[in-house]
Amino acid sequence: MDWLVAVAQFIVNEVLSVPAYMVGLITAVGLIALRRSTGQIIGGGLKAVLGFLLIGAGADIVVAALDPLGRMIQGAAGAQGVVPTNEAIVAIAQDRFGAQVAWIMIAGFVLSLVLARITTLHYVFLTGHHILFMATLLTMVLATTALPTWLAVVLGAVLLAVVMVSLPALAQPWTRRVGGDGKIAIGHFGTLGYVASGATGQLVGRTSRSTEDLKLPEGLRFLRDSMVATALSMVIIYIAVALVFWARQGTAAALDMFPPAEGLDPTVGHFLMQALMQGLQFGIGVAVILYGVRTILGELVPAFQGIADRVVPGAVPALDAPIVFPYAQNAVLVGFLSSFVGGLATLAVMASVFNPAFGLALILPGLVPHFFTGGAAGVFGNATGGRRGAVAGAFVNGVVITLLPAFLLGVLGDFGTANTTFGDADFGWFGIVIGYAFRAGDVGGVVIALVVAALLLTGAMAVQKRAVQGGWDPGARHEKALAERAEGARAEQEAQKSAEEGASRQDGGSAASGEDAHGPER
Amino acid sequence: MKILAVCGMGIGTSIMLKSNAEKAAASLGLDADVEVADIGTARGAAATADVVLTSGELAAEIGDVGIPVVVVDSFIDGDEVREKLSTALGS
Repeated sequence: MDWLVAVAQFIVNEVLSVPAYMVGLITAVGLIALRRSTGQIIGGGLKAVLGFLLIGAGADIVVAALDPLGRMIQGAAGAQGVVPTNEAIVAIAQDRFGAQVAWIMIAGFVLSLVLARITTLHYVFLTGHHILFMATLLTMVLATTALPTWLAVVLGAVLLAVVMVSLPALAQPWTRRVGGDGKIAIGHFGTLGYVASGATGQLVGRTSRSTEDLKLPEGLRFLRDSMVATALSMVIIYIAVALVFWARQGTAAALDMFPPAEGLDPTVGHFLMQALMQGLQFGIGVAVILYGVRTILGELVPAFQGIADRVVPGAVPALDAPIVFPYAQNAVLVGFLSSFVGGLATLAVMASVFNPAFGLALILPGLVPHFFTGGAAGVFGNATGGRRGAVAGAFVNGVVITLLPAFLLGVLGDFGTANTTFGDADFGWFGIVIGYAFRAGDVGGVVIALVVAALLLTGAMAVQKRAVQGGWDPGARHEKALAERAEGARAEQEAQKSAEEGASRQDGGSAASGEDAHGPER
Repeated sequence: MKILAVCGMGIGTSIMLKSNAEKAAASLGLDADVEVADIGTARGAAATADVVLTSGELAAEIGDVGIPVVVVDSFIDGDEVREKLSTALGS
């Protein structure tokens, strides 16, 4: 029977403990459940394995590029500086926790379907990469405790499932106001920023007109390309940090930073060009990680979706943040800029107050999180408070996604010094809450974490019942105020139009009737 | 044939589009592979595809790639994806 034990050990140690194979197998099972052809099952499973290995390769590039940046920030500011990049921190953590993350992700997804089925929260969270990120965050936070692995997986899965159905529900009153007639929900872990932005819009922008009446420069659209945006922002950060480091630490220290090739003398020019190159390296690292994520999710999400359609028919799909971009494209750019300014303003406060007082790490704004979450926050703010709402709401989002990652570092154990962390708002507050729960010891931590989950679930059900099914509309006052303003303008137009039509009829021509029947663009 | 589904990052909304495009292709009786791409690699990926599906704002960004670029207003509306795909392919 020795060989049987050996085979079992081999399967556990050499197959199931290797995250890449796990993810491949899970994907293959999903594709089998969808009754795909043999070729598609093999291809899809293999693609998922390769995608996972790509994530690891990208992580190595990112870590190598971040290392000198961390050292330079330390020298320039005397404080730890961090650029929150979900992909980077997740990829770094996969190495150690991959299998556990995969189990939490799968079990959490299954549990979330059960919750969607048996509670009133009929939301199916389909943003695959955010499920992966949240599963990774929970794994990392729970790894700082002494819980046995099986318990960490079960608890992680429960917590993951609860946020997957609760957060879309909590944002739903605002999401419905944005657009989509309640047929879509937001399934993106920046929810806190969006709800805060929508609520801010209600406060400040009752009579403010929509951003969509603005004419904005097309020049900023290139930032939609995340590879360009990431590389550009990291190059700017790198060069800026390098210059400050050079000024603070002197030329000798700068020359030591990047040893030149054999036989060449170190020069300041070489130091600056190396800083630029490291910024570009970071950009391609993230691009490789994203390529890996894309390869996996292209196979996994349709499989998830196929399963979800059968388990929870008629559910509302909770989707990635950019799903709201088409409803207010100008608000996306306004929101991005305003969120970025919010991030910079918070960084200034951190550098001058929090860091000296509490030793809090400095959070440098990354263009990607500010573009995606700031853009979505702008859309939410605009929906309830027009231009003023988009600007103020996204600014609040920028403050939130700068403060939370700094506090999150404290609960990530030895990953707290990794020079990168999770960027979006919900990772921040949820990770902090669960992390601090375990300050009460392991048993107390499990109890508090479950209480938090129960509170979230009941809170979300209350919102679902009162606001979503009750038809509460957070933008009603704003719409009414705008309608009153528009009424006057429309009456004027009507008068003008009827005068024109009268004139054209006298000429014997027929007025174009199809052209003036447009409702307001939403 | 190959269909390309494009969104900003290529990991969120375009996957929804991919699912719907696969369903649409199946119901139209097409033997189609659907790939996802982000806006950065879309132009390159379009070189080996037959048709591109994307949103209005990104269609402008992709520009002219020599194959039909179909603008889909709602990525999760299966009926819309099917109609637009069949119109674009003239079937």
